[in-house]
This record gives sequence, C-alpha cells and structure tokens, in this order.
Amino acid sequence: MNQTYAVAAVTVVVLATVLIGALGLRISRTTSDFYVASRTVKPGLNAAAISGEYLSAASFLGIAGLVLLQGPDMLWYPVGYTAGYLVLLVLVAAPLRRSGAYTLSDFAEARLESAQARRLASLFVVGIGWLYLLPQLQGAGLTLEILTGAPDWVGGLVVAVVVTGAVAAGGMRSITFVQAFQYWLKLTALLVPAFFLAAAWLGDDAPRARFDAPAVFREHTAVRVDDTVRIDVGAPLTVTVSGRVDSTAYEQRRVTLTEGVHRVEAGTTLSFPQGAHVPRRAATGTDPHPASGREDPQSWSQPLAGGRDGHQLYATYGLILATFLGTMGLPHVAVRFYTSPNGRAARRTTLVVLGLVGAFYLLPPVYGALGRIYAPELALTGAADAAVLVLPDRVVGGLAGELLGALLAGGAFAAFLSTASGLTMSVAGVLSQDVLPSRGVRHFRLATALAMAVPLAVSLVATNVPVADAVGLAFAVSASSFCPLLVLGIWWRRLTPPGAIAGLVAGGGAALTAVMATRAGLAPGGWPHTLMAWPAVWSVPLGFLTMIVVSLATPRRVPAGTPAILARLHLPEDLVGRPPAEDVPAESARVQGGRR
Amino acid sequence: MSAEPSPARRARRETVTGVPRSARRPPGHAPARSEISEQTTLGHTYVRSLMRSQLRAALRALATLALVVGSLPLLFTLPTALDGAAVSSEPFVWAALGVGAYPVMWLIARWYVRRAERNERDFTGLVEGR
Repeated sequence: MNQTYAVAAVTVVVLATVLIGALGLRISRTTSDFYVASRTVKPGLNAAAISGEYLSAASFLGIAGLVLLQGPDMLWYPVGYTAGYLVLLVLVAAPLRRSGAYTLSDFAEARLESAQARRLASLFVVGIGWLYLLPQLQGAGLTLEILTGAPDWVGGLVVAVVVTGAVAAGGMRSITFVQAFQYWLKLTALLVPAFFLAAAWLGDDAPRARFDAPAVFREHTAVRVDDTVRIDVGAPLTVTVSGRVDSTAYEQRRVTLTEGVHRVEAGTTLSFPQGAHVPRRAATGTDPHPASGREDPQSWSQPLAGGRDGHQLYATYGLILATFLGTMGLPHVAVRFYTSPNGRAARRTTLVVLGLVGAFYLLPPVYGALGRIYAPELALTGAADAAVLVLPDRVVGGLAGELLGALLAGGAFAAFLSTASGLTMSVAGVLSQDVLPSRGVRHFRLATALAMAVPLAVSLVATNVPVADAVGLAFAVSASSFCPLLVLGIWWRRLTPPGAIAGLVAGGGAALTAVMATRAGLAPGGWPHTLMAWPAVWSVPLGFLTMIVVSLATPRRVPAGTPAILARLHLPEDLVGRPPAEDVPAESARVQGGRR
Repeated sequence: MSAEPSPARRARRETVTGVPRSARRPPGHAPARSEISEQTTLGHTYVRSLMRSQLRAALRALATLALVVGSLPLLFTLPTALDGAAVSSEPFVWAALGVGAYPVMWLIARWYVRRAERNERDFTGLVEGR
C-alpha cells in the first residue's frame, strides 16, 4: 500500500480536527460554553455530534474484523450499540437532561443527596472511560502501523496529543463541531469505498462469502506471520515455508502440515496455494485474548450452530444485555445530553441519532463479508481489525484502490479522534470536579492531560486486544453499574443512598472483576469462562437486585428531596417552577462553582 | 383549574406568542401548578400520574424491542434445533441483523417520542386547565 496517500489523509483529518477545534475556541467564551456548549446545541448538529462521538474504532474497524473472523453473528455488536440508544431514549434521555446535572456523578449526587454516592459514581465514570479509551489508542496504533509501518505506539500518541490539545483548548463547544464533522467524514469514508468494492465484487462474478466452512484462499497467497501463532490445521495442508514451524527451520521448502495444531514462529512466511483452507488460530496456549469468550475454536465459523452446551446462545445474550443496557452509562454518552436545550430536544436528538447510527451500521458488514472472501489470511495473522483498511487495495487495486484506502484511513482516524475526545472530555470533567483540588477552566485543562495520560501509558504496556472486544467489556461494566442507578434513580421513589452504593459496588464491581479475571487468564475453561467473559447476564440483575433490596432495607434513608427531584426530572421544563430564562446562568454558575 | 384569565392578560399572551414563557404563568394563576411547585399531596399525585404514563410508554417500547429483536438469537437456533444442520439460518441472520433491525428500532423510537410528547402535552393541558 502506498504510504503517501494514507499519511496525507490522516494528516488532513488531524489538521481539520485541530482547525475546527480552534474555530470553536474563538467562540467558546464562557464556562458554560466550555462544559456544555451553553446548552444551545440544536438537535441536528447535536445528533451528528453524538453519532460522531459514539461511532468509535470498534464500529469503524472492529465490526468488519469480527464478521470476517466469526461470521454474521457478530452483527449483534452494531445492533446492540444501536439498541442501546433506543433503551437510553425510552428510559433516561429526557429525565437525564432535566436533572440539570453535568456528569453522572452530578446525577448521583443530585438524586441521592449523598457525597459518598457521588464519589463512587465518579470512580466508575473514570474507570469505564479509561477502559473505553484504551482500545481507541491501541486501534490508532494498529492503523498507523498497517498504513505506514510506524511502531505501534505512534498512532496512540498522535491521537492522545491531538485530543488532549483540542479538548483542553476548546471544551465542549468546539468538540461539538469537531464531532459533527467527524460523523459525516466517517460515513463518507465507509460509503464511497463500499460502492467501489461492491462494483469490483460484482465484476468478479459476485463470489459468496462462506461462513459455515473455513475460509479459502482465492489465489496463491504469501502470508507473513509477525507474531508467533499456533494454528489449527483442519486437513493436511501443503505450504511453502520460509522460517520456523514447529521448531524446525525451513528455507523456501514445501512442507505438508498434518492435521492438528502447529506453532508458527514470528517472522515466518507461509505461501498457500490457491483453494487452500485458511487455518485458524488455535485458541489454546498462547491465545493472547481469551476474553473473547469464543474459547471453542470450532464454533468460530459456526455461529450458534447446535448451541453447543448453550455457550454461544449465552454469550449472545450476554452481549445483548451489555450493549442494550450499557450505552446509557457510558460517560461520554451521558455528558452529551446536557448540551440539549431541554428534555424534549434531548428526546428528538436521540431519535435522529438512532437514524444516523443505524445508517452507518449498514456499511461495516459489507466490509466484513468482502474481507472473508478477499482477505481471509487476516484471520490467521490476527490483524482482522485491519480488514477495512486493506480491502480497497486488495479488491480495487491501482491508484483508485490507494485513494480509497487513504479515505478509509482518514475515516478510521476520525473515529479514534472523536470517541477519544468525548471520553477525555467526560473523564476530565469528573477528574476536575471530584479529584483535583481547585476548579475552573485551567484545572480542567490539567485534568484533560491526566485523563489521557493514564490510558496512554497502559496502552503502551498492555497487549493488544481486539478493539470490539475491549469495548464490549466497558459496556458490561457500565450496564451493571450505571444502568441500575439511572433507571431506579429516575423511576423509583424508594431508592436510598446505601442501596445505590451497594448496587454500584455489587453489580459494577462483579462485572469489572469478572472481566479483569478473564482478561488476566484466571478464568477456568468451559462454563465458568463463558460466565465470566460475558458477565452482563448475571451482573445486571445482581446490580438491580442489590440496589432494590438494600434500599428497601433502609427506608429511613430515602432522601428528603426525592419528590421534588422526581418532579423536576419528569415535568416538562415550562411547568417547573424556575423560568427557563434563568436556566443557563444559574447552571453555569453551578458548574463553575462546583457542586453545592 | 379553570381560572378565567383577565382580558389584559389574554391580549399580552397573544402578542408574545409564548416566547418568554415565564410571562404566561404568574404564580397562583393555575392552581394545579402551585400544587406541584408547593409539593402538596395533590401535587405529588399529579407528578405520579405523569410518571406512570411515561413509564407505561417506555415499558411498551422496551417490550416491543425485546419481542422483536431480543427473541432473534432463539429464532436463529431454531433450524438447527429442529432438523440438524439441514437448513442454515445464515441468510436470515444477515437479513435480520445486517439490515432489518435498524428500521424496526427507529420506528419503535419514533412511536415512543410521539407518545411521550403527547403525554406531556396532555399533562400540561391538565395542569394549565386548558
């Protein structure tokens, strides 16, 4: 792939982000502008900004990669990401806006009148934010590495620096413009190449992607293995090897690999003949990402087939619960609602978001299916997340292919930048209010640097995790902690601070522990592994139940202001006691002066 | 609930067409409003009634989502459960998850937004005595 075009495209996206951010800086004058864009963002612009922020690297690269590896069942990810917004809309959108709070911690404090609940909520906001930032930075590293051969930490560093700069400089007002721009950029970047790819595919007699059988090399293909892998060969396979396989060194020798697992060392080049089956990465032993929950390699290409012991079905429902209920608790999603002028606008904005996000998600599956046909070796090298980036070069080829590849690279970078900005913005908001001693815009800027420094440092030392998987983990934790807090806080009068705290700890803590244990490889095989890799099925009910039971056990602790708060959450703005004209100054003063 | 506005007030309401909303509702104008703002038992009943109607709309939307989208994983396993691997559910999976789910979810959302706004309008009408 020609590096010049790709580097140029990435540079243009980065520069455009900085420029639009600077434009926002010029009109970002007050503290209210800075944090919530003065709550005057119209539904159209705000919806594009929300979608731009929400469609992360997991959506842009990850879904296609997962579909390539594991077939159409992985489409539950985009469906879940979209449905999450629907659940958010019907359960929390308008009340969350009307609560007048800025972060989820503000909500916890306002609703429960408890500083303790606030601190715990802050902890979860920061934790989930960092969990979600990590794959963005790693994805950026991967993208830049594939495009230019730069070391994998460069991409993450570029994203971190640009985002920190844009957020610290312009705050929410400029970020709104940047993200609205990036939604349309991402849509274009996937849409235009998709047309060319589809045309090339039709010109190629429209071969069908097969997911019920191993993928097949369409032509003689040489695959260079960059990291040592163990591959699972289904049937005897003759390949030409340069390098070391099963501890034996070969130099351009034809080798017949017998059925079973073989170890291919880093730097080895395997040449497969046309029509050969693509071997799968073996899941045992050195598998670097056991958290995927697909520990059974046989089920990779057989989505839900037979529902072996129900593992697959359970994992699907775990994914559904995590994404459907987790969206509402993502810190960068929640912050966005405070930029709507009122609850009604928040609802209408969410409706537009559903349309924009849904339209976008029609595209990644196309790349996944084409990747299965034209770039099957990505399943072997483990770089399936790169499917979107390499396809134009592979399928269209020539100058057109390179230009389209550059467009996709730009879009991918827009995805990293926009999601990372939103997350940094919200994590920094919490850090500056609850962790750092003094408040004000200057400290917000300090918090921004801190918000980005931690995940950046972790991304440099942690092993690579598939982008969509890592994002799934953040969703599971969010669904088990903030979903119960928001839903019960908005709809249930008897919620008490001890109940909320216990629920956050039990639900969110359990999900986090399970996820971390699986990630660290501590989970035993079989059912325990499946249960821990997809905790949402049991941790969400656990969070809800703990919150309800402990609240019922502590009826005296129901906050005195509950009826007033619930009235404010649910009544239309023009019915509430305070006139809307006083709304903005009062609340921006509140943000500036911190919590009361 | 049906305090008759004075002619002067009615004239002013026409000229500003509701922009400075505070002008439209001086304290004590609508009894129900003051019941709510003063948090009397009757005021709480008003708020509860709105919450209940909004929650009903939300639960209806969620039930539809669970029924239409949430049941899909079970549906996908049906062919294999019924007659082995004779029929593949794959094309159905592609159609349902790749394309079909999105318009369905959007329609549910639109229904909910309209419903919730109507609930609020009805409630405002009730409180304002209009």
